[in-house]
This record gives sequence, structure tokens and C-alpha cells, in this order.
Amino acid sequence: MTPFAYRRAQSVDDAVRLGMSPGAHFLGGGTNLIDLAKGGVVQPLLLVDVGRLPLADVAATPEGGVRIGAMARNSDVANHALIRTRYPLLSQALLAGASAQLRNMATVGGNLLQRTRCPYFYDTGFEHCNKRVPGSGCDAIGGINRNHAILGASAACIATHPSDMCVALAALRASVRVHGPRGERTIALADFHRLPGDTPQRDTTLAQGELIVGVDLPPSRFADHAHYLKLRDRASYAFALVSVAAALDVRDGIVQDAAIALGGVAHKPWRVAQAEARLVGRAASDDAFREAAELMLQGARPASQNGFKVELARRAIVRALQVAGGQA
Amino acid sequence: MSHSDVPAGATRRGFLQSAGALAGTPLMAAPAKAAPVAPAPSVAAPASLTLRVNGRSQLLHVEPRVTLLDALRDNLGLTGTKKGCDRGQCGACTVIVDGRRINSCLSLALAHDGDDIVTIEGIGQPGHLHPLQAAFVAEDAFQCGYCTPGQVCSAVALMEEARRGDRSSVTPDVRQQGATALSDAEIRERMSGNLCRCGAYANIVHAVRLVAKGEGLA
Repeated sequence: MTPFAYRRAQSVDDAVRLGMSPGAHFLGGGTNLIDLAKGGVVQPLLLVDVGRLPLADVAATPEGGVRIGAMARNSDVANHALIRTRYPLLSQALLAGASAQLRNMATVGGNLLQRTRCPYFYDTGFEHCNKRVPGSGCDAIGGINRNHAILGASAACIATHPSDMCVALAALRASVRVHGPRGERTIALADFHRLPGDTPQRDTTLAQGELIVGVDLPPSRFADHAHYLKLRDRASYAFALVSVAAALDVRDGIVQDAAIALGGVAHKPWRVAQAEARLVGRAASDDAFREAAELMLQGARPASQNGFKVELARRAIVRALQVAGGQA
Repeated sequence: MSHSDVPAGATRRGFLQSAGALAGTPLMAAPAKAAPVAPAPSVAAPASLTLRVNGRSQLLHVEPRVTLLDALRDNLGLTGTKKGCDRGQCGACTVIVDGRRINSCLSLALAHDGDDIVTIEGIGQPGHLHPLQAAFVAEDAFQCGYCTPGQVCSAVALMEEARRGDRSSVTPDVRQQGATALSDAEIRERMSGNLCRCGAYANIVHAVRLVAKGEGLA
């Protein structure tokens, strides 16, 4: 690691002020940032420790939703009674990620800000990575790209977002509350992460100095019919090849509302409004699920080694919807 | 070298430390090419912190880059906690902080000022083994032993997590409350953050199951 200074933020305002200084990074659980610093991928000049800010609560809101503090640890959120009973999809996704040790450290805010695990980004021995060194090219295109994106990628970057939590948050229509130099604002989860375009160095729509203070979950009717399906190369402690967060609101056998989000296939959790709409007003059936899967994957463009992900995702979507609907 | 060749009082650690001192900095890998940033200071000022380690309060002075793992091993001499990958992938560095198992290699020491830390030295000692340590011996749950301190710390925390009803990705229904029954599938999933390159996994599961049974958790 290159040398850096360390400061513990005394308040959210203090954190935002410190976060405006050049080369400053917010430190939560450190599971990703310290790893990146050790590899020289990130060379912070100042780490602003926000891990002890009083933002770790998980609390019901008057509207029937839940507000999660940004510094709540992944394990605490996954095991919180409110999350387990109202948003089991989120519990499942969190528990599918990383290891028990890492979940005990990782914060919700930090999970939102995870960087890609593309090996060409992660290993500074590779010269060409537009995300790490803008304008340098992309060694993943034409390289080892079995784990890379099949949707929403660009000629500059085919990296995927590694989070499981964010996939569930996308399906649950969460929003992210951030505090910055100009006060607080709320960003819909769908707008929080970016597609790479020609600026893949920017993962999110956050501005310098903006600190994530929490995640809001709206009231949900998905608790009885939700499933997170994660497919990976080993049974545990691995990033997803493809993951699916599937949630249905079924009453009298008819789908009233549906949410589907994919992980491991794009630069952000992947949602397609038409795919969800295709299920609404119909019986929860394999035919409907297959149609939704086709719409989810419309426009898929695999790289040289990950064509298998298209079929894998197609089957995973149908399977996740079957389990969510109680048919499997 | 047979055991009879070892001079009295010599230890493997002492030998490695003197050899390391001779080799010095050339052992360090040169930093690879990275993203350009503003010039950094060559070193940051040390800061002091207090850790409560295995029940004893300890004052340390560390540079900000020092991880909890390095502080435990190098500053406090608690070398039972192992450095495996040093990147949060193997679990050899697992310690219990404020009751939670974490990877000490990915955590800055300064972030733990005032925290209560239990390392393998605080779990048990020869003659007074923790039930999990005894079970690892009884079930032959290790070969080289390098990952074992992390495995044991992880398993100690696992028992408490199961007792209070934490769920895992193989728990059938996360919505149910109450203590978790530790099936072999649950044990394997919950121990997945600790790699064993000797491949002693089968007996590690047996050791954890033995203790879980004794506590009515399996």
C-alpha cells in the first residue's frame, strides 16, 4: 500500500468535509478498499473512517417500509427480523455473498460501492484497463472473459458489478440516500450504478464527497414469493456467474406485480421493465416465465468466452421465478 | 534435518526471523504499475491506539497502513493468527472482534481502537484446550495446521451465530426464527470462508459437528 493518512469522521458533516480533500476515500468495513489499496489499484491519500458513524440502524418506517443505515453490516442486515420477514429476498442475497467473516465486516454503503472483480482491473500487472487507467484500453475484450458482461457493455469495458445485495435491492425498488456538500438527496437504485459507456472509470452517479447514509426499502408485497438464485463455479464463497432476484406478488393465482433483476451479467444490476410487465395480470406459469426471460436477455451480446451465460441466465430466470411462485 | 540436529533453544520462528533480516527488503515485490495519482507522502505519521486483546489492554503505536493482523503478529507477538493470502480470501487470519469473526488482514489496526479482540491464544492453551480445539485434535481435522487457528476462531464464532439463530444461504427458510440446527451442509457453508490447502475439510466438518452435537445444535 502507498502511504495514506487516516482520520475517523466525527459526524456525517465531518465525513463529507474530509471526503472533499484530494485523494480521500471513505473507509467502511474495508473488505474491498483495503484489498484494492494492497494491490495498488487504489492509492488513497486519506482514508476517512466512517465505520463508527451512528448509521447502523435497521428500522421500520411509518409507511411500512424499512430504512437501513449505511454502516449496518451485511450480516446484521441479513439476520435482522424485519429484513427476514418483510424482505427475505434481501436476506437471501446477502447470505449468498462472500463469507461469514466478510459479511461481518462489510457495510451496506460499502457493498453498494464494490468495484468490479474483473482480473484486468484488479491486477495492475495488466496495462490496459479503461476503468483503472482511463484511455488505456481493455484487455478483457479478447482476453479471459468467461466471467464478464453479456448486457449493457461497451467497447471500453465489459466488466460486471459483483454485488449480490445490489441485485436484490434493485428488484425491491430500493433507493439510496446520500449526504453531500450540498445536502441530502435520494437516488433510485436503478440510477445509482452506471453502464460503462466511454467512462467506465465511474461506477456510480455519486459526486466527490457524497457519503451514502442509508438505503430505503419501500413497502413490499413480495415477501411470500421471492427467490434469489446464484450460480457460481463453487458452492460457496464465489462471485456469481449469473444470479437472479425474482419476486412475485400473486393473489388468487394471478400475478399482480413482478420484479426481476440479474447479477453477474452487466455493469449494474440488470432490470427490464417490459419483462416484469409481461408477467402482470397473468397466471404464474412456465410460459409466462419463459417470455419474461427472453425479454430480460434481449440484446445480449456475449464476449468471446461467455456465450454460455445467455442460456444459463435464461434458465436461471425461469427457475428463480418458478421457486418464487412456489412451483418448484 | 532431523530433530536431533536442532540446537537446544532454536525455534523455527527464530531461524526465519534471522534469515529474513539477512534477506531484507529484496524479498518485497516491486509495486506494479498503477493508476496515476497525486504524489503521496513517503510515510504517514504513526498514531496510537488501545486494543483489548485476550482480556488484556494493550497500547500500540502504528502507521495507518498497519493491518490488525500485522499489529497482532508484529507489535504484540501473537503469532498464532496466521497470514495466508493477506487479501481476505483464505481466512487464516480470522480473529473475533467484539464477538464477530472477521478477516484481520483486511482491517486497519487504527479502525479497531478500543475494540475487544480474541485470538487463538485467547481461545485456549495447551492443557486448557477449548472444546473446538479438542475436537480438532480428536477428529484429526488438520494436517499442516497453518489454517487451523483461523478455522478454530471461525468455528467458535459459528457456534454463537447458530445459537442466536443467524441464517445462512443453505437455510431453507430465512423467515423462520430460533436457533439454527447445524446440519453438515450448514457447517460447510458457514465454514466456507476458511480454506484448507491440505484438504482436511471432511474432518473439520466432523470436529465442528462433534461440538455442535454436544451443545444441542446438531
